Amino acid sequence: MTFWNEEIETMPADELKKLQLKLLKNQIINVYSHSAFYRKRMDDANVRPEDIKTLDDLRKLPFMYKTDLRDNYPDKLFMLPYQDLVRVHVSSGTTGKPTVVGYTRNDLDNWAESLARGMTSFGMGKNDMLENSHGYGLFTGGLGVHAAGEKIGATVLPTSTGNTNRQIELMLDLPVTTLAGTPSYIFHIADICDQKGVDIRRDTKVRMAIAGGEPWSESMRKKLQDRTGIRIHNCYGASEMSGPMFLECSEQQGLHVWADLCLIEILDQNGEPCKDGERGEMVVTMLKKEAFPLIRYRIGDISRLNWDKCACGRTHPRLDRLSGRTDDMLVVRGINVFPSQIEAVIGEMPFLSAFYHITLNNVNYMDSMVIETELNEEHLTDDMITLSKYRSELSSRLKEVLNIKADIKLVLPGTLQRFEGKSSHVTDNRSWD
Amino acid sequence: MLKKNIIKQLSIFVNNEPGSLASIALVLKECGINLKAFNIAESSGFGVLRAIADDPEGACRVLRERNIVVKQTDVIAVSVEDQPGGLFRIANIMGDAKINIEYAYAYTGRNGPSIFLRVDDPEAAAAAVKRAGMVCLSQKDI
Ligand SMILES: [Zn+2]
Repeated sequence: MTFWNEEIETMPADELKKLQLKLLKNQIINVYSHSAFYRKRMDDANVRPEDIKTLDDLRKLPFMYKTDLRDNYPDKLFMLPYQDLVRVHVSSGTTGKPTVVGYTRNDLDNWAESLARGMTSFGMGKNDMLENSHGYGLFTGGLGVHAAGEKIGATVLPTSTGNTNRQIELMLDLPVTTLAGTPSYIFHIADICDQKGVDIRRDTKVRMAIAGGEPWSESMRKKLQDRTGIRIHNCYGASEMSGPMFLECSEQQGLHVWADLCLIEILDQNGEPCKDGERGEMVVTMLKKEAFPLIRYRIGDISRLNWDKCACGRTHPRLDRLSGRTDDMLVVRGINVFPSQIEAVIGEMPFLSAFYHITLNNVNYMDSMVIETELNEEHLTDDMITLSKYRSELSSRLKEVLNIKADIKLVLPGTLQRFEGKSSHVTDNRSWD
Repeated sequence: MLKKNIIKQLSIFVNNEPGSLASIALVLKECGINLKAFNIAESSGFGVLRAIADDPEGACRVLRERNIVVKQTDVIAVSVEDQPGGLFRIANIMGDAKINIEYAYAYTGRNGPSIFLRVDDPEAAAAAVKRAGMVCLSQKDI
């Protein structure tokens, strides 16, 4: 077994926890002195940095929420001025306002370090060529995976998203061994290979993949692995944390969460810590972030954490596949979508009533989203040209806000069911079995 | 003065679900509403049955009582000769008068064939038809 950072990765659990406590204390002092936002939150909760004496004392610290990111747009959470930052990423937020995340040089290094350890843990190294079909740009997936690939000495092929024919041509012509992308996109590549008569086992050198950014299942992984001969490793992260952060090792038994970078609590419905291996809400504290702090952040994902030593020899806790959300966030084609964003756009359109319904399907694991909205009585017309104008106006505004295309269905006034609850706005028919 | 050339068309709206047209047709039958002419158009979420009835006011009232979404739309009916080129002639008249045709459909009644037109300015369209020496039908002619 090869390690990227053997000393840290195999450090006994009790020592790791000591290290976590030391890092946590430092980070809380740092945040208390540099983040006006979090200092106020601690003062309001009557907690001082010196109150953190044990890892359990973490629970004295107040939470951070998604709404805090929105309320502090664009950069009020930053702990350092722009001259100390080397990069900024922007991702979409809950109600129109995006989240802006800043990085110092050290932040970028720690991010790449995290993924470099993960890549090494399933056997990637300098002999590999990584075809990275994550989007490059404001989205963290492309550049994040790219930097880590280079860090471990692999050869990175920055194909970015789209143009599947080109992606396959490069898989055939170059010694690509590893793919990175969303699980549905890798599935799509496999479909197109079948159509073209390309046998991935016979015609390419691709044997490994990194897949993340959207929900999928163990059975979908098995199908895809059996079909292509590619070992596919789960990836987890979020732009608030830096980007994609954690990967599964060759054992494929959960994602190694590097305890010296990130402390994940799993809480039950009463906010009490779950036992090791029990499912609950994830709360994330980043231990070394310099520009954009994340302390007890309610990231909204549900999973479980297991501190048993992995068969690969790594001692850091392992995070299970995500099993749900605490909020109404939907992940569609790897993009976070909140029904509230859609509701806001519908509210802008004078020809629509306030009612809507979202239906999600995934034929061949490719997500599609249908949005039904009601015309109001006043704008109901039998003129198809006007109707198609309405539809394209809504569709292009949604594309602007959500960054994905939705099928729009205009329905008659009074047709959609009038619901009380929020979650009833969505029918999710997707299955990853 | 050209008001008599405006014909009230029923625009009956139905969501795109299997059997919804049949259910509308049943209501029309039960209410004794006789359609002289109709056409069907579809958008992505619903369809429209555009229909000419004897008594549009009454038909509207009855359909609304049955919770059917219906609107009245102004159209004109132009009498045409029973030979090739009828539609072409009308389209030319509208084009010259800079009037947009949203949709059109044909019908043959006791006064011979005619074409129903939905245009952006029905009054101007009727005037243009008359200037060109053609005849617009009134509601009672149908
Ligand atoms: Zn492992």
